[in-house]
Amino acid sequence: MKMSWQAIGLCGLLALASPVQAEVQGLEIIAPASPGGGWDQTARAMQAALQEAGLASGVQVSNIPGAGGTIGLAQFVTSKQGQGNALLVGGLVMVGAILSNQSPVSLDNVTPLARLTGEYELLVVPTDSPLKSMADVVAQLKADPGSVSWGGGSAGGTDHILAGLIAKAAGVDPTKVNYIAHSGGGEALADVLGGHVSLGVSGYQEFAPQIAAGKLRGLAISSDERLPGIDVPTLKEQGLDVSLVNWRGVMAPAELAEADQKALADLVDQMVKSDAWKKTLETNGWLDMYQPAGEFQAFLAEDRAKVEATLKEIGLVE
Amino acid sequence: METLAALGHGFAVALTPYNLLWALVGVTVGTAVGVLPGIGPALTVALLLPVTYNLDPTAAFIMFGGIYYGAMYGSSTTSILLNTPGESGSIVTAIDGHAMARQGRGAQALATAAIGSFIAGTIATIALTFVAPAMVRLALLFGPAEYFALMVLALTTVTAVLGNSLVRGLSSLFLGLALGLVGIDLQTGQARFTLGIPELLDGIDTVIVAVGLFAVGETLYVAARSRYETEELYALRGSIWLSREDWARSWKPWLRGTALGFPIGALPAGGTEIPTFLSYLLEKRLSKRPEEFGKGAIEAVAGPEAANNASVAGTMAPLLALGLPTSATAAIMLAAFQQYGLQPGPLLFESNPGLVWGLIASLYIGNALLLVLNLPLVGLWVRLLTIPKPWLYAGILLFATMGAYTLNNNVFDLILLWVIGLIGFGMRVLEVPVAPCIVGLILGPLAEQQFRRALAISQGDPSVFVTHPLALLLFAIAAVLLLTPAVLRYRQRRLAS
Repeated sequence: MKMSWQAIGLCGLLALASPVQAEVQGLEIIAPASPGGGWDQTARAMQAALQEAGLASGVQVSNIPGAGGTIGLAQFVTSKQGQGNALLVGGLVMVGAILSNQSPVSLDNVTPLARLTGEYELLVVPTDSPLKSMADVVAQLKADPGSVSWGGGSAGGTDHILAGLIAKAAGVDPTKVNYIAHSGGGEALADVLGGHVSLGVSGYQEFAPQIAAGKLRGLAISSDERLPGIDVPTLKEQGLDVSLVNWRGVMAPAELAEADQKALADLVDQMVKSDAWKKTLETNGWLDMYQPAGEFQAFLAEDRAKVEATLKEIGLVE
Repeated sequence: METLAALGHGFAVALTPYNLLWALVGVTVGTAVGVLPGIGPALTVALLLPVTYNLDPTAAFIMFGGIYYGAMYGSSTTSILLNTPGESGSIVTAIDGHAMARQGRGAQALATAAIGSFIAGTIATIALTFVAPAMVRLALLFGPAEYFALMVLALTTVTAVLGNSLVRGLSSLFLGLALGLVGIDLQTGQARFTLGIPELLDGIDTVIVAVGLFAVGETLYVAARSRYETEELYALRGSIWLSREDWARSWKPWLRGTALGFPIGALPAGGTEIPTFLSYLLEKRLSKRPEEFGKGAIEAVAGPEAANNASVAGTMAPLLALGLPTSATAAIMLAAFQQYGLQPGPLLFESNPGLVWGLIASLYIGNALLLVLNLPLVGLWVRLLTIPKPWLYAGILLFATMGAYTLNNNVFDLILLWVIGLIGFGMRVLEVPVAPCIVGLILGPLAEQQFRRALAISQGDPSVFVTHPLALLLFAIAAVLLLTPAVLRYRQRRLAS
């Protein structure tokens, strides 16, 4: 605590000593989720990194939770339009929630600024499960799709989308996927550990400690290639042409003046290069998936199309 | 023996002046946030995370543990004095606790809550030390079918709070069940009864309804009647200490509440509300004076207060033994473990024994600190009720409104609070009990989700509810609880005639 006061003091001194440094003042980062979740942690990590690196002062994080981030998005769109001192954290889940909640505002009403981090999805079974590989899962899916129960997070979220993509790649009707939605990771994990569902789908981090302890077995990971240090084969290796990343990124308000947009983009660009941000990625186990605005907008267009198609195929969106 | 040595080491860690200071900071902050309805321990820990980044992890977790327990203590204080539950775990406390306060027995209600919480917290922490791994294995046996049976069992609580009129009691229950349906359905992702209002997509918050019905509705009612009411409300009577009779009526509920709270808290989908409901029901069934329940029975404060504190220790069991967060606060503590680069999960006991045992030891210490902090304050707290009535009523309403706003920083919640408050006022005028509404609101959605999950996994085969032995056992207990009073009444009538 003492350290951080010193750091803040130091930032203040730096700000006084170097007026040439363009410092954004009174920046507000909106986390459209409750404290503690991934978006909230991202927003708070940005706050810490921006202040530690002296890039911005007086950064505030506000939580506007609800409905997969669409409440926060709606408030951001209506109250921040054209303002150069506000950012919104979001991600893949928000893309799905906009569609399934029929949100009146979408990502067309904001300026996508950068993709920051991401996490791959993992499929797991209890160690004593008869399912040993994706081939076993596919065989059972083909024989009786309803007999494979998939335990994961909320309906229409990343985990559900991955289950739909896998079914489709295996040539099974995605509407037949027996997806068991859970609120919050702990509940789904308990149902997987207790053997109440056939397999679990969630972010890698959630299952990693259980795999290390020998309680769960990883069947497949949703990355394009095997990840260093993770001894789990990819879906593609096992003949299923599916990859999915649960990304998190940051948006700016719509209709920004060009100078404001550039200032915010530069700010994020400098932040991701700071030591403070790199240290945060390391301690949280987040993968660096930084994409600046141009690349991110192209990626986002592709991802939105993929999510929309999948949600229609699993029958959640008409 | 090994466990005792490890625990001894834990105490050595926790009792260093530096860590003790953080425990004290934690329980003080926790009590403060428990008092406010909107700010819970989860939010507080989340806000403090970045600040504690440079703190030694053991000290940080000792502080977080203190916040968690402290919030439970603080929340019961406002439930009893102001009829404004700060956390959903102390909603049940408000029913009889506030009735006691109105009769001038607020000090006794606070004392039985504080001592009960201390005893429950201590016993549950001892249980955590010795049976956490076994508890967790048992908890994992609970699948959707078992949870549904547990929810049905908890729903029988409603029979204890229905009041004199079955029609009025059931109307209140169904209002609660209907309110519980509002929002996105978890299994299908479809919105239900949201009237196109995006703020309703996540459902109606339990704390908003409880504060609306209890604090706003009740306060409006007593304020509206104050002109006609000659009875002197809230005036303190006699000693503020627990009498011999109070002790005699409290100690068994404390122990029974603990026995309910710890195991249910350890269940991944158990939560703190369910054990408080069950404890209330159990105490009413076992009491020699069931007619006092709802009108200020000390057992109805002692039992649920012990239950909610024991369940807090219960949630620590799966968190420490499995890395499984079973409450919002536990989830944030898990995030905190990750921030410190600690691998939470089954290996934590081996990889970081100093931290785990330090945390467990600090829970004991936090409990003792809270008792020391809270008991002397009882006399001061109850004096709050002696301020002039118009001021007191206005204060409660202001406090409830502020709390509702801080919940989500959303003006919509304020409108909701006052609409529900006015409904609560109407219910009081029509003599419809409000407690069944809360029970329905909390348990309805939980029961529905587990019921549908169980049927989805079994692909529509309803036999899962009877072929799972644990589920069947829980259903049987529910049936006994439901039928016993009716059978007893029938026999009494037969004997009488």
